[in-house]
Amino acid sequence: MANFKKGLFAAAAVMALSAGTAYADITVATVGPMTGQYAAFGEQMKRGAEQAVADINAKGGVMGQKLNLVVGDDACDPKQAVAVANQFVNQKVKFVAGHFCSGSSIPASAIYNEEGILQISPASTNPTLTEQGFENVFRVVGRDDQQGEVAGKYLADNYKGKKIAIVHDKQAYSKGLADETKKSLNKAGVQEVLYETITPGEKDYSTLVTKLKQNGVDVLYYGGYHTEAGLIVRQMREQGLKTQVISGDALVTKEFWAVTGAAGEGVMMTFSPDPRLNPAAKPVVEAIKKAGYDPEAYTLNTYATVQAWAQAVEKAKSTDVKPVAAALHANKFDTVLGTFGFDAKGDMTAPGYVMYEWSKGEYTYKK
Amino acid sequence: MKRTILSEFSDIPLDRGILSDRLIGKRRTKRLRRLGDNQQYNGGRVAYFLQQLINGLTLGSIYGLIAIGYTMVYGIIGMINFAHGDIFMIGAFISVITFLVLGALGITFVPLALVVVLLMAMIFTAIYGWSVERVAYRPLRGSFRLAPLISAIGVSIALQNAVQIAQGARVKPMEPVIAGGLTLFTDSNNFDVVISYLQIFIMVLTVVLMAGFTYVITRTSLGRQQRACEQDRTMAGLIGVNVDRTISTTFVMGAVLAAVAGLMVTLQYGVIDFYIGFLAGTKAFTAAVLGGIGSLPGAMLGGILIGLIEAFWSAYFTIEYKDVATFGILVLVLIFRPTGLLGKPEVEKV
Repeated sequence: MANFKKGLFAAAAVMALSAGTAYADITVATVGPMTGQYAAFGEQMKRGAEQAVADINAKGGVMGQKLNLVVGDDACDPKQAVAVANQFVNQKVKFVAGHFCSGSSIPASAIYNEEGILQISPASTNPTLTEQGFENVFRVVGRDDQQGEVAGKYLADNYKGKKIAIVHDKQAYSKGLADETKKSLNKAGVQEVLYETITPGEKDYSTLVTKLKQNGVDVLYYGGYHTEAGLIVRQMREQGLKTQVISGDALVTKEFWAVTGAAGEGVMMTFSPDPRLNPAAKPVVEAIKKAGYDPEAYTLNTYATVQAWAQAVEKAKSTDVKPVAAALHANKFDTVLGTFGFDAKGDMTAPGYVMYEWSKGEYTYKK
Repeated sequence: MKRTILSEFSDIPLDRGILSDRLIGKRRTKRLRRLGDNQQYNGGRVAYFLQQLINGLTLGSIYGLIAIGYTMVYGIIGMINFAHGDIFMIGAFISVITFLVLGALGITFVPLALVVVLLMAMIFTAIYGWSVERVAYRPLRGSFRLAPLISAIGVSIALQNAVQIAQGARVKPMEPVIAGGLTLFTDSNNFDVVISYLQIFIMVLTVVLMAGFTYVITRTSLGRQQRACEQDRTMAGLIGVNVDRTISTTFVMGAVLAAVAGLMVTLQYGVIDFYIGFLAGTKAFTAAVLGGIGSLPGAMLGGILIGLIEAFWSAYFTIEYKDVATFGILVLVLIFRPTGLLGKPEVEKV
C-alpha cells in the first residue's frame, strides 16, 4: 500500500512538474535520500516540505502565487545529487530545501550557485558547505564544528581517564564530524586510543568490534549514519562488549532502534534541542501526526527551511536569488524551530547541540 | 602498567599465548611501554587472534556459500551469472517475509520456524534461479559469448529494482532469532573469546552443504551429467544427457545455496536491504576467482580465505585498507596462478 502511494506520489510529482511551467506558480524542491539505506531521512524531509508547502498554499501562497513542490532523490550519492541538481535547473526550480547528506549538498551547491538557485539545507552539517563563499547557500541546521566541539567536550568532561576510540565511515559528513570531535577532544588534552574507519554499506563489523575489545575501549565516538552505527552496537553487545557509544545527529531516527533492538539502550548522540517540544511547532506537529507520521528530527527542520525562504521572498518581493539571499541575511524568521536568522556565511544562528540518549526505543535529553 | 603485569602473574593463565608471554615477561613490558600509557595492551595475543579467526571464518563461510553458485554455473556453461548476488538478496528477503508470516501465525518454536523458513527460502529462490536461466540465459546460449553476460547484468539490475519497488528502499531489520553463545575462554586480561551459537551453526552448515554438494557432483549420476556438460555439451547431448535440464538443475542448486546464505545473513546481521546482493556478490565472485572458478572446493577455500584476509588485515593493520589488501592478494594469486588456487588450466573451447 505504501508503495502504491509512493507510485501515486511520483506520478503526481511528474504531473505537477508539467503543470508547473504552464501556470505562474513557483516551483520549489526538496531533495534527499528517498531511496537507499538512508531513506528514513529522505522521508522526514519529504513530509516536512509537503506539510510546509500545503500550509503556505492554504494561506494564499507566496506573493499571491501557489507553491509547487518537486521531490528529488539523490540516494546520498554525490553523482546522483549533481544529476538531480541539473534536473532542477531544467525544471526552473527557484528554491531547493536540501540535500540531506553533506556529500550530496556540497557538489550540488556548485550547480545551484552557477544557475542562480537558492539552496537551504535542512540537514547537511559539514562546515565546507557554507565555507565555499557561495552567496546562495544557507543551512537551517548546526555545523559539525559546533557539534564536534560539544561532543568532544562532553567526552573530555565525562570520560576522564577512560579509553576513547574514534571511528567514522569515510563519507563527507562522517569524517567531518569525527575529525571535529577529535580536534575538540585533543584540545582538552585527551588522546584517543584508536582511530579507525569502516566501509559504509557492509554488514559485518565484527573485526572492528574485536579490535575495540582488544584495546579495552570504554567509549566509542562514531561519525556516521544510523544503519552502520546500529550494526556496530548490535555486534558489540553480541561479543559481550559494554562500550558506551556516542554519535551525532544522523542517529535521530527510530530506524536506529529497529536495527539495534534492545542493544541500543544507552547509546548517546548530539542533536539540536527537540523542535517538537517548541510551542510554536505544536499545530504543525499535530497536523503531521494526524497524517500518520511522527515528525522526527529533520521533518521540522525542512518545514522551517521552507518557512524561512517563503518569508524572505515576501520581504524581498522577488524570487530571484540575489534579493532573497539579501533578505535571508538581513532578517529574522519566525518558524517552527523558533526565531532565527543567518550569519554572513549563511549558517543559522543555531540553538546549538545537546546530548540525547536512547532508551526503550525512544530518545530523550541525556540527564 | 605495573599492576597489569602483576595481575597477570597472579592469575592462572588459561591460554598458552599468555603463558609464553609470561616466560618472556621482559619483552612484554617493553611492548607495553611502546604502546604508551593510553594504549595499554589489553587482550592477550592468542585470544585476540582466535576471536578474529572466528569473525573471519563466519564471514568466509557466507562468502563461500554464495561463491559456490558462481562457480557451478561457470563450470558448466562458462558464464559468470552476475544475477547470483541478487538471487542471494531475494533469499534473504523471502526469509524475513516468512519469519514475519510465521510470527503472525503464532509459530514461535525456533527450530520449527527455522526449518520452515529455510524450506520456503530454498523453494522460492530456486524458482527464481530456474526462471532467470529459462528467461534470460537459455535463449542466448548459442549466441556470442558476451550476450548472456550482458543479459546477466540486466537481470541483476532488474531484480534489484523489482525488490526495491515491491519492498521499499528502506532497510529491513529483524530481531535476533538465535541468541546467545559460548564463551570459549577468558584470558587473564579479561578478554572473552566468544562464539555465538549462530556462528557455530553457520560454519557447520557450510561444511555440511559443501560436503553434500561435492558428493553430488563427484558421485551421483546427476553430477556425472553435469560434468559431462562441462566437458562437452554437444557430445553430452549426443550420448543422451538432457543438457537443458542439467543446466536448469545447476541453476536451481546454486540458487538453493544462495537462499541458505541469504538466511544466514538475515540471522547473523539482522538487517537486509535490496542492495546487499551487490556487495556480497562482488566479494563472493572474487572468492570464486581466487579459489579457481569452476572448482567447488576452490570456491569454499576462496570464500574462507577472503573472510580471513579481511579479518586479519583489519585486526593487525588499518581497517581502511581491508579491501585494498583483499584485492591486492587476488591480483598476486592470479599473476602466479592464473586459474586460481584450485582451478584447472582450461583448454580453450570453441
